[in-house]
Amino acid sequence: MTHKTLVQIAKDLAAGKYSSREITQDIIADIKARDTVYNSFISLSEDLALGQADAADARIKVGNADILTGVPFAHKDLFCTQGHTTTAASKMLANFVPPYESTVGQRLLSAGAVCVGKTNMDEFAMGSSNESSFFGAVKNPWDLNAVPGGSSGGSAAAVAAGFVPAATGTDTGGSIRQPASFCNLTGIKPTYGRVSRFGIIAYASSLDQAGPMCQTAEDAAIMLNAMAGFDEQDSTSVQQETPDFTAELNLPLHGLKVGLPKEFFGPGLNPQVAECIMAAVKEIEKLGAQIIDISLPNLELSIPAYYVIAPSEASSNLSRFDGVRYGYRCDKPENLMDLYCRTRAEGFGTEVKRRIMVGTYALSEGYYDAYYVKAQRIRRLIKDDFARALSQVDVIMGPVAPTPAFDLGSNTKDPVAMYLEDIYTLSANMAGIPAMSAPAGFVNGRPVGLHIMGNYFAEAKLLNIAHQYQQVTDWHLQTPTSNSVPVSNQEKGA
Amino acid sequence: MSWEIVIGLEIHVQLATKSKLFSGAKAGFGAAPNTQTTLVDLGMPGALPVFNQEALRMAVAFGTAIDAEVCKHSVFARKNYFYPDSPKGYQTSQMDHPIVGLGHLDIQLEDRSIKRIGVTRAHLEEDAGKSLHEDYDGMTGIDLNRSSTPLLEIVSEPDMRNAKEAVAYMRKMHAIVTTIGISDGNMAEGSMRCDANVSIRPKGQEKLGTRAELKNINSFKFIERAINVEVERQIDILEDGGKIVQETRLYDSDKNETRPMRSKEEANDYRYFPCPDLLPIEIDDAYIDAIRQSLPELPDQRSARFVSQLGLSEYDASVLSASRTLADYFEAVVLVCNDAKLSANWVTGELSKYMNQHNVEIDQVPVTAVHLGQLINRIMDDTINSKGAKAVFDELWNQAGEVDAIIDANGLKQVSDIGAIEAMVDDVIASSPKQVQQYADAEVEKRGKMLGFFMGQVMKASKGSANPGQVNGLLKKKLDLLC
Repeated sequence: MTHKTLVQIAKDLAAGKYSSREITQDIIADIKARDTVYNSFISLSEDLALGQADAADARIKVGNADILTGVPFAHKDLFCTQGHTTTAASKMLANFVPPYESTVGQRLLSAGAVCVGKTNMDEFAMGSSNESSFFGAVKNPWDLNAVPGGSSGGSAAAVAAGFVPAATGTDTGGSIRQPASFCNLTGIKPTYGRVSRFGIIAYASSLDQAGPMCQTAEDAAIMLNAMAGFDEQDSTSVQQETPDFTAELNLPLHGLKVGLPKEFFGPGLNPQVAECIMAAVKEIEKLGAQIIDISLPNLELSIPAYYVIAPSEASSNLSRFDGVRYGYRCDKPENLMDLYCRTRAEGFGTEVKRRIMVGTYALSEGYYDAYYVKAQRIRRLIKDDFARALSQVDVIMGPVAPTPAFDLGSNTKDPVAMYLEDIYTLSANMAGIPAMSAPAGFVNGRPVGLHIMGNYFAEAKLLNIAHQYQQVTDWHLQTPTSNSVPVSNQEKGA
Repeated sequence: MSWEIVIGLEIHVQLATKSKLFSGAKAGFGAAPNTQTTLVDLGMPGALPVFNQEALRMAVAFGTAIDAEVCKHSVFARKNYFYPDSPKGYQTSQMDHPIVGLGHLDIQLEDRSIKRIGVTRAHLEEDAGKSLHEDYDGMTGIDLNRSSTPLLEIVSEPDMRNAKEAVAYMRKMHAIVTTIGISDGNMAEGSMRCDANVSIRPKGQEKLGTRAELKNINSFKFIERAINVEVERQIDILEDGGKIVQETRLYDSDKNETRPMRSKEEANDYRYFPCPDLLPIEIDDAYIDAIRQSLPELPDQRSARFVSQLGLSEYDASVLSASRTLADYFEAVVLVCNDAKLSANWVTGELSKYMNQHNVEIDQVPVTAVHLGQLINRIMDDTINSKGAKAVFDELWNQAGEVDAIIDANGLKQVSDIGAIEAMVDDVIASSPKQVQQYADAEVEKRGKMLGFFMGQVMKASKGSANPGQVNGLLKKKLDLLC
């Protein structure tokens, strides 16, 4: 049953090979049996899932099924699920059961998809390695010594381990793309405003965007079809027709202009990762694309600017976790100040506290202009860089991360080293453009993702490129269990 | 030393929208705690605000009504602070880019001159919830019904120089917001309240003194008292060689004193920044003009009409247009009796006197405008005289009833039957030989004054109901015949 694609499961369900209840039960049993190794799930929603599966089976029976009807998936534990614990991987919300469903969750449920559980993540989506979770680190199914990436590390590991064909993720600075890259998945961060943020616990509101993590571009397109759409409950949601993201999958790439920013291939990039990326670009060139050298001169500034803006917003967004209405409350508070101080000191983990402190500092009187206002100016420069580049080329390609998945524990002592991991991904969030990661090879058995970025609302184009690439390569079909040691690029290319 | 008082007001107007500023919950007063809330008002994780366009229309209506700059680009900002009745840990407000910019308001002073008060800005913001300190056994309850209800905060320049000016400014604002219908103006329910920034400085000094901010004053009377008592406090301190501390203070109406509020934080740094969950508000001239066109008659326009159409004095017109309800009441009286001058006299005279004595506002007076109009009709058709009219008014004030029924029941109908009056006049003359003799002995030019005695006797005999004009004429004629 493991590692079936979403499309395959949908076909099997339609053909009556098995029922949604059967596959849901199998998946839950599989997670119970094997996830002790990876720790990719925080909780399973078995009862809810079986109810959803039965409803899906009934829909399939009467011929009222959507492609997702009966297909199991997993939610990053940042999406509020009605009647089921939603923790944000924090002690602060370990007991929080939302009385409401996120818009994305509601859309997936309406399509008939079955949510089997909630995946592990960095606490409040703050991290690049999934090591800041209150529920423990997640192990990369490709190499148990490696991190799965973050913050959507549990979602990535759950799909890579073959538990579910798809999982939701959120991407504030690379949190879908980097774990997709580290776990050999296809993951897309849509244009800011394409997918509703309602019911997704906010980290940095102006940067957060949800998207799917799957094994193939086609699966990602199908998931995105269900997830995307205008939502009047989210004022930053874009009131625009949502296209069928699968419609352009099969278009040829003839004449496609691909930009390679020189800043993506600088000294910080692992040479073997660079080789994988260049090989992938060559493959795309063979499909008819034209490769053009471009520049995004302000890319380097995206790290300091991001690490001012995101923590600033986070410091305010996380103020509501105060022990008054829901979530963790410290034992026997002596007075109001004690309630606030101890609840937050005990309820939040180190990285979350670090970012709250950084953001509070950046917004403080006397520092606001020097930090927040300046960071917003840099954000504008980065936006302008992309606008200029995307007037020359259709899409931009490069690596998702400077290295393959790094070892567990290797970056936890040095937050700045961890922040540098995000160098290639942050800028798409700063500009609000869509970006994705698609499997493009391996370095020492650890996957490498190809980063594809496009203009606003060009998700269909990005998925088209990834899909065409996946028609002529099979990196995305590799699974941690398919062969014990995945072949390297050179060997395969030979 | 002679001191100059400097006052600036921040008025909070609760906008009369059906739903809240950022959620679909009902924005109303008096419901059971936490029953008028949504996920947004409760600050639940993942809940997002959606801006109520009706609040925008109301804010723009206010801006156009005071002829202020209406900003085409305005931005919501988060004001960050921790407090249990602030469920998100921040209040969504406007900081650098408010919806309404510079404007002004003209008020009438006691000497009937006009003074212009600058309006610095007006911005939209959400209200906080309420902490309920009673009834919970030493614990504090939180009611979030008020959380996210829309407020327009109107900030004045420090242009007022005494408490009466501050009250006049507040009353004028009240008249405007109720006239344009953006608030019910109910001060007792907190729909309109103000913070007064009060300082004093030696007369002639340019530099402003250190101010105290008097929070949450919710009646016109308390504004005046709070400012006066605060000014006294500041003068006492400075004249004793002390220093004013910049702080927020609360007016205690029972003790008629101000005292420092328990401060929420030692030093407040609200860390304002643009709210990333809400788009900037962008409006254009067409939008603003359409709202300007749809404004109803404003208090100053109404006052001008009272002068030009109804022939009132400037003073009466400005007094009567100072509040929408008062002006509506006055016009309703005129509609019934069709005499503006008499209506104005009664509304600014007897009615105002009773309102002051009984300490009620116009919307609480027991005498309806229709009844007052009917009462004036009975004066005009000579059914009652003015003394009888006052008696009827008193009856109407103290217990409900119909004007004609009250007149009948109390025998207040003016006697205009010339035969009946003549009989009473004859009786009085016959029973007062001494006074008649004095009258006859007096010089002709002094007799007018002496007539008063006989008038009084006849009116007494008629229990006040005789037509005074007829009595006067008959007395004069008969007495002169005797001389």
